[in-house]
Amino acid sequence: MDAFLLSRIQFAANISFHILFPTITIALGWVLLFFRYRFARTGLQKWIDAYMFWVKVFALSFALGVVSGITMSFQFGTNWPGFMEAVGNVAGPLLAYEIMTAFFLEAVFLGIMLFGARKVPAWLHILATFLVAFGTTMSAFWILVLNSWMHTPQGYELRDGVVHATDWFAIIFNPSLPYRLSHMLLASGLTVAFLIAGIAAFRRLIGDRGEAVSTQLRFGLILGAVLIPLQILMGDLHGLNTLEHQPAKVAAMEGNWETGPNVPLLLFAIPDEAARMNHAEIAIPNGASLILKHSADGVVPGLNDFVAEDGTPLHPPVAPVFWSFRVMVGTGMAMLALSWLGAGLIWRRGADALPRPFLMATTAMAFSGWVATLAGWYVTEIGRQPWLVTGVLTTEAAVGDVAAPMVMGTLMAYLAVYLFLMIAYIGVIFYLARRAAEGKSPTREDPRRDTPIAVPAE
Amino acid sequence: MTLDATTLPVIFAALMGLSILLYVILDGFDLGVGLLFPFATPEERDRMIASIGPFWDANETWLVLAIGILLVAFPAAHGAILTALYLPVAVMLIGLILRGVAFEFRAKAPLAHKRSWDAAFFAGSLMTSAAQGFMLGMYVMGLEWTLFHAAFGLLTAGALTVAYSFIGAAWVIYKTDSALQIKAVSWARGGIWGMTLGLGAVSLATPFVSQRLFERWFSFPEVMLLAPLPLLSVAILVLLWKSLRHLPTKGDHFAWFPLAGATALMVLGFFGMAYSFYPFIVPEQLTIYEAASSPESLTIILIGTLFVLPMILGYTILSYTVFRGKATNLSYD
Ligand code: HDD
Ligand code: HEM
Ligand code: HEM
Repeated sequence: MDAFLLSRIQFAANISFHILFPTITIALGWVLLFFRYRFARTGLQKWIDAYMFWVKVFALSFALGVVSGITMSFQFGTNWPGFMEAVGNVAGPLLAYEIMTAFFLEAVFLGIMLFGARKVPAWLHILATFLVAFGTTMSAFWILVLNSWMHTPQGYELRDGVVHATDWFAIIFNPSLPYRLSHMLLASGLTVAFLIAGIAAFRRLIGDRGEAVSTQLRFGLILGAVLIPLQILMGDLHGLNTLEHQPAKVAAMEGNWETGPNVPLLLFAIPDEAARMNHAEIAIPNGASLILKHSADGVVPGLNDFVAEDGTPLHPPVAPVFWSFRVMVGTGMAMLALSWLGAGLIWRRGADALPRPFLMATTAMAFSGWVATLAGWYVTEIGRQPWLVTGVLTTEAAVGDVAAPMVMGTLMAYLAVYLFLMIAYIGVIFYLARRAAEGKSPTREDPRRDTPIAVPAE
Repeated sequence: MTLDATTLPVIFAALMGLSILLYVILDGFDLGVGLLFPFATPEERDRMIASIGPFWDANETWLVLAIGILLVAFPAAHGAILTALYLPVAVMLIGLILRGVAFEFRAKAPLAHKRSWDAAFFAGSLMTSAAQGFMLGMYVMGLEWTLFHAAFGLLTAGALTVAYSFIGAAWVIYKTDSALQIKAVSWARGGIWGMTLGLGAVSLATPFVSQRLFERWFSFPEVMLLAPLPLLSVAILVLLWKSLRHLPTKGDHFAWFPLAGATALMVLGFFGMAYSFYPFIVPEQLTIYEAASSPESLTIILIGTLFVLPMILGYTILSYTVFRGKATNLSYD
């Protein structure tokens, strides 16, 4: 394999690993603020139990997010020097603002949020929790501005092949930002909703009848049930926006080869780029036209429109985009089914009497948010290929001059570390859940109590 | 002063220098704590971790800022430096990953795994320190891979690792008391040897790397103006040496001194380096003026920086105030 392909795999591996943890921390920060606030208002034990459990998961996820994020910021230089050289004048300020307005805020107030409950007044502790949640959301905002600009660039001019910013407002509020930002924030909310419900269901299954578990089950399922319709709506709008700006990506998502009306919605197919057709299609007639153009005879772009004179395709690789899209939407549908069923059951019988099979299904879905989020990002990013910045810079033009064996070696090392940490992370979450279920809930105290209690250093 | 293609690169080089310096000092002490792990008992480790718990994340953010400024203000240099240092960067990143996660996992994983996470914490700290030292050496040598340069890199790797462990010990002296503090004083006594040797070796070698550097340091009258730098360093080393013989004192006076002394040494060393290399950002190849991004983009960043940097400093001070005093065991409530 050449250094280009290896660098791509390495980048994809690193960003995929990184994104998992921000996806959790962005929304979990707000959820913790909610738990903390409910406790301050009601004084009920169950809220502080929930806070104490999830703040541990938050701290762990945050650490993983930070260290994998540091890897990300070095990647640009080690593997993609052409990226900053070409578009640094736009990407640079955006990254700088992310570091200055978000990273320091999170990092400093995280210390107070985690360890300061007894050292600072309650209002400052709640404020610190708020600032951490706010900081993670700001990170997401700035990085998604950059990412969206890479998909739908505007507000710049090219001088000698180098991008120069002309209109910062246009750069920041580029056409795909509103959709990508809302879709990503909702994705984060869903990931956390299903994680909380899933872990609570697991605790119930192994015999934890505590009130905190019912509360978390109810919280997670209802949050999921509220967010998923919004997410599906947002996803639809996102797709329509993409159709306008990156039609080749949508053609790949739909697996549609020929431009035309009455395009069916493919539920299953095996796209074959060599033959430029699909095998084994299962389709809903007129479906794609209806979704994308809101009429059965709407004209949907096809992949054959994006082929150069000499036959080289100018569209992204079809199969990965096509399949990732189905994984994302499929997971979304499963989320819809589970959370609405759950909300119905809770409404009819309460969160204490959920049937075992339902609890098992909820546990199985604990990490479904990750699956959908990764799949969604693969649609987005692979769908942009061969461009790194649409119409401005190809991925190939940005790659660095590093020997392939060196990239291979570091790639293997990263993959080994990631695999190991993945197992450790999921293992520890279930371990903490088991301990909490056994009543060894690490703390059962009021966080504002004055006497120190002996907890091993955390 | 107008903001143009001559002043902006200097401002950004200074900002980058400031964040590297802050990073080396701040992450220096928590990397040092990790390096000292094998010498501490399990209970002492918990206390040492507690002393850095609220700070380490923010400390590492200075690295992100430093590399960020290199990336956004000097894109051409960023690519050149990081591709040349590809391997040590990867070692450092994996070290940082291990360290950062071990910190969390050791307190949350089953007790039976705690020792392994402690080992990972040490290994990560060692990989990070050694890789940074190696990169420093390669940078001084002009980023060219020859056997001699790599050997020099190994020397600086050792020197920086010892220096970090010294500043780590100084931090433990400052943040703890009783038996652990006494132990930390003996760690520092060991470390100061290594630090003196390392500092000496790097200072002696640097001027001989190139004709340009030699002339920078040894022509008249520069040599007179520069003389305070090495003289001050020697004076601080002597004072550190003396203080370590008497620490810990009754009433815990001067427990801050080793930390302050080590910090001062880092600052002096840093200015020496800055003097050597200015105006180059890739030694002997690329100056800060040649590598800088467009003035418009730099101005945009600068405006933000002027607002945000004081705020960052403000809440950093807040956090050090909240967690001042001797470290006690940490808990989330
Ligand atoms: C919990 C996660 C999750 C769920 C359930 C969904 N998505 Fe999604 N989707 C994402 C998480 C996500 C994401 C990871 O956040 C992406 C990647 C980049 C982005 O902006 O959002 C994404 C991208 C993405 C794109 C690519 C846009 C582009 O880059 O051009 C489209 C068209 C959709 N989504 C549409 C949908 C539809 C129709 C869904 C209906 C079920 C759906 N998504 C569910
Ligand atoms: C928001 C910030 C992001 C930026 C600035 C960014 C930037 C990039 C860059 C520079 C590449 C080119 C390297 C390559 O081709 O591998 C790339 C490709 C890619 N990215 Fe992103 N990315 C971002 C987010 C994500 C996320 C969150 C994911 C998924 C979890 C992701 C998944 C991918 C994948 C799979 C590729 C490979 C596409 C291919 O080569 O076929 N990206 N992106
Ligand atoms: C190329 C892309 C990216 C780079 C260079 C990058 C860089 C970083 C860095 C350096 C950190 C650590 C900050 C610290 O020291 O506290 C971090 C954390 C974070 N990143 Fe990324 N990141 C990228 C992609 C993304 C994406 C796609 C998202 C989400 C949409 C994201 C959201 C966050 C958040 C919320 C944090 C806060 C820490 C956490 O919760 O783990 N980043 N990132």
